[in-house]
Amino acid sequence: MSRYIGKRLVLMLVTLWVISTLTFVLMHSIPGDPFSSEKKLPKQTLENLKAKYHLDEPLPVQYVLYMKNLVMFDLGVSIKSETRTVNEYISDGFPVSAELGAYSMILALVLGIGMGVLAAFRQNKLADYNVMVLAVLGLSVPSFVIAPFFQKWFGGDWLPLMGWGDFKHAILPAVALSFLPLALVTRLMRSSMLEVMGQDYIRTARSKGLPPWRVITRHTLRNAIMPVVTIIGPLAVGILTGSFVIEHIFSIPGIGKYFVDSVLNRDYSLIMGITIFYSALLILVNFLVDLAYGLIDPRIKVGGKEAN
Amino acid sequence: MSKHLTKMVALLAILSMTFLAACGGGSDAGGTEEAKQVLNAGYAPSEPPDLNPNTATDSTSGFVLRHTMEGLTRMSEDGQPIPGVADKWEPNEDGTKITFHLRDDAKWSNGDPVKAEDFEYAWKRVLDPETAADYAYQLFYLKNGEKYNAGKADKDEVGVKAVDDKTLEVELEKPTPYFMSLTSFYTLFPVNKSVAEENKDWAADAKTFVGNGPFKLKEWKHDEKLTLVKNENYWNKGKVKLDQINLPIITDAKTGYQQYKSGELDVGDSTILPTELVASALEKGEAKSDKIPASYFYMFNTKEKPFNNAKIRKAFALAIDRKSIVENVSQGGQGPATGFVPWQMPDHAEEKPWVETREDYLQPTAQADEAKKLLEEGMKEEGIDKLPEIAISYNTDEGHKKIAEAIQQMWKKNLDVDVKLNNMEWKVYLDKTKSGDYQIGRLGWLPDYIDPMTFMDMWVTGGGNNDTKWSNKKYDKLIKEAKSTDDQKVRMEKMHEAEELLMEEMPIMPIYFYTQNYMQQDYVKGVKRLPDTSTDFSEAYLTGK
Repeated sequence: MSRYIGKRLVLMLVTLWVISTLTFVLMHSIPGDPFSSEKKLPKQTLENLKAKYHLDEPLPVQYVLYMKNLVMFDLGVSIKSETRTVNEYISDGFPVSAELGAYSMILALVLGIGMGVLAAFRQNKLADYNVMVLAVLGLSVPSFVIAPFFQKWFGGDWLPLMGWGDFKHAILPAVALSFLPLALVTRLMRSSMLEVMGQDYIRTARSKGLPPWRVITRHTLRNAIMPVVTIIGPLAVGILTGSFVIEHIFSIPGIGKYFVDSVLNRDYSLIMGITIFYSALLILVNFLVDLAYGLIDPRIKVGGKEAN
Repeated sequence: MSKHLTKMVALLAILSMTFLAACGGGSDAGGTEEAKQVLNAGYAPSEPPDLNPNTATDSTSGFVLRHTMEGLTRMSEDGQPIPGVADKWEPNEDGTKITFHLRDDAKWSNGDPVKAEDFEYAWKRVLDPETAADYAYQLFYLKNGEKYNAGKADKDEVGVKAVDDKTLEVELEKPTPYFMSLTSFYTLFPVNKSVAEENKDWAADAKTFVGNGPFKLKEWKHDEKLTLVKNENYWNKGKVKLDQINLPIITDAKTGYQQYKSGELDVGDSTILPTELVASALEKGEAKSDKIPASYFYMFNTKEKPFNNAKIRKAFALAIDRKSIVENVSQGGQGPATGFVPWQMPDHAEEKPWVETREDYLQPTAQADEAKKLLEEGMKEEGIDKLPEIAISYNTDEGHKKIAEAIQQMWKKNLDVDVKLNNMEWKVYLDKTKSGDYQIGRLGWLPDYIDPMTFMDMWVTGGGNNDTKWSNKKYDKLIKEAKSTDDQKVRMEKMHEAEELLMEEMPIMPIYFYTQNYMQQDYVKGVKRLPDTSTDFSEAYLTGK
């Protein structure tokens, strides 16, 4: 097990290195530079600026410089803003994004699993149809459409339209952000439940005379939940990318909107910093999901001979 | 009402109590609450990236700086410099030296007096190559300013000097009549030398920020909000009626609009007015529009066929209906361009708007017949009977797209020419136009200072912003002559002549003059909207809210 974890950790570092190198190359190969604007800067000012951010050095030198700092966990200074370093951007913004993401994730999992189970047990009945309509809506209506509607219908004194601070600030954006993952989880849970419910061992459990709730919790749910656990990784990605839009609409001081803005501004250090940070996060989430398999399903041996 | 408000009232109550305590008592705190003047302003579409006036470049930082700091002068509503930190100034005879006298009661928010050396320090820091300030060119007018920035002159040779605590001597490269209008711009603001030398990141945090303006920075929560409160150390605090300005960061204009409608905001600009709602908001009277001295135009790449030919360029310029564009497409109160220099720009010789002292080079509607004739002549000159494929490039934006589509149709209708549309991301677009990889491109131009020169000197041969690559010796000469004197009559005359030439040669095709739209509740009074497109709340107040 510990050998497996060690191997995985090394692999994670390699992945991270590949991602950061690719990002570095791609970022410098797109046209445009951080200092261009409709009012062009005098040549010498540009030179001064480039010297200040070491952009006058050849790319390989810049790369080595960057990697050196990266190893020291120093992501550099934002080119666009003199006020904060990239580390500060992340330490200021990420807790907010994480809080919002966590609410959405919890909402999506709890409600999604609940509704999926309900729909499966009431298959082809009214409750099932209602749940499925909701799920299709969630899948097909993008969050940037849902969010303004939420603001219009529910926004008011008790549910603020924008900003961050109290829990109530998080309600509208978290619900809007959870819409898509909620729909995914619900559908997945429903179909997985239906599949498991048709299995022989469930019939056996029932015929043994076990009470229905026990059949659900001990036998059906535990087996049916596996696919949902599998998609927690991609789900986290979905919530992160979804937060780019939601944070913008609700003016939330998270890190999500900088993911897009930094590219538009060609703020090289911020692009690198956020990409690396997010990549590390997602790699970690996937790793944890893999570990969780073993906990939920004893048949899967994490790090066992067959997994290697 | 909202918890927001309750919080705010609580905050104000605490503030007022502290204040009263500091004053050693006075009347009961309860009575002062309703008299508090708090403005909620929608002017921050993003976090201000940089509140150090030396290096700030964007409008959100500009808004905060204009309210928390003050330059040698302030700008009046008609664009004239009025006393700020300096209460008087005198230029020497040939206009190359200006002596500023700083008022005795000008103080920093920490109580220090504002000294002449604070200006000298700040200006030299802007020009310092190591600072690498984007706006260093705003101080290239200073003697040796440009050279110092290029590392070719010494710091001590730069033409700004604190003679004593209250006297600042400024030496210019050559007479620059509009230099005075720049002294109210934030790049030329002073910086408290002792504060900045002790902590170079003084402007990165509300706790360490020291200003000298009507307000001081009380709170700066990144990506969330800024709070400005009245600065009791400001020399002209008697005129300042607002106790507090709340500046929430509103990243989505539609959300901002709803906030305004629900009464959470009192005033705001495009931060709270989404482009797609401007036309209806103007019609309903919710929004108002102010003319601003800015110009929207297309530029031609004059190095590439067919736009190397002046007649062909002119044909394209005459074939569009500018009136229809502003009335049916842009719909934000803009005015059809009659020349390149926009409305609201003064003619300093006649003391009248520039657009009134020139003839209209362009008509509001299309001159289809003349355009067709010019196109034929131009093609004959070039010896071609068919135009090559033509494309309009623009940066991806709904507004630019609509205008390009309208112009595409007009050229089809009036010239029978098919053009393609090419949209691209902003930085890619800038890269392409800069490197000359385009045929027709769009640009909007805002003034750096209140003088037609900020528009006219763009098109000189090799000018840094001249992406048309157009080059005309006569034009260069006229601009050079206008730049070498401070005689307003001569300057204006030369620039009028230059504009006429520009409109004859048409390397650029003016389309419309800009407006600035804003929403403001009726109870907000005393707001000043300045010709440099900024908004000044220093003397604003609320009545009967």
